[in-house]
Amino acid sequence: MIRVQYFARYREALGLDGEQLSAEFSSLEQLRQHLLARGGVWDVLAEQNLMCARNQELCSLDEPLLAGDEVAFFPTVTGG
Amino acid sequence: MSIRVQLQPFDPGVELNALHAANLGIGAVVSFVGYVRDFNEGREVGGMFLEHFPGMTEKALGKIAEEAAQRWPLLGIQIIHRVGHLQPGEPIVFVGVCSAHRQAAFEACDFVMDYLKTRAPFWKKEDTREGPRWVEGRSSDQAAASRWQAI
Repeated sequence: MIRVQYFARYREALGLDGEQLSAEFSSLEQLRQHLLARGGVWDVLAEQNLMCARNQELCSLDEPLLAGDEVAFFPTVTGG
Repeated sequence: MSIRVQLQPFDPGVELNALHAANLGIGAVVSFVGYVRDFNEGREVGGMFLEHFPGMTEKALGKIAEEAAQRWPLLGIQIIHRVGHLQPGEPIVFVGVCSAHRQAAFEACDFVMDYLKTRAPFWKKEDTREGPRWVEGRSSDQAAASRWQAI
C-alpha cells in the first residue's frame, strides 16, 4: 500500500488531496507513469518542474519505493 | 534552534530581542523578514493564502537549520513561517541567526532563506482583482540556492 498526497495547484487540478494505492511500484517515476496513464487532468503531473517527496523528504523521481511509503507530488515551492 | 509554523501573526521586533536575550555570548544577530506585498507580477494583490504540507514543513525547516548550524559556528537560529490567510504588509517569514561574530550570521541567514525558498513545502496563492492565482516558482531562487553547493 502506498499513500499519495497532492498539494496546491495539483490538488486543485486533480480535485483530490490524496489516495491509497494497493499496486506496487519500483520507483516514484513508475508511480507517476501509472497516474499519468489515467489521462485528462492527470497530465498536470507531466510538468517539468514537478517536485516530489518520499516519507516527507524531498527526493528525485528515480527514488525507489517500498510498501507503506508515503509519497507526495507538488508544484515548485513558493514560500518565504 | 526553534522552528515555528503558525496561523497567528508575529512581531519580528519581539522575536529578535528574545533571540539575543537568550545568550549574552551572542555578538551578532542577523535577521530576515519577508512581507506580503500589495503588488506582484503586474497585478494588485489584496491578500494571499499560504498552503503547506503539515509534518514535512517542520521537518524540512529543521533540516535546513541543522545544515546551517553544521556549516557555520552559530549560537542560535530561529525560523518562523506563517500559513493560512495573510494581508498585504504582514510578515510571512522570520529568520534570525545568532553568532559570536557577524560573518557567520550574515552567511547563515542568507543560506537559510535560499534553502527555505526552494526546499520547504509552502505554496502561495494570491488574491488579485482577476481572481486567485498560484505564485509560480522563480528560476532565480533556484540559482541562489545552488550557490551554496559549491562551498
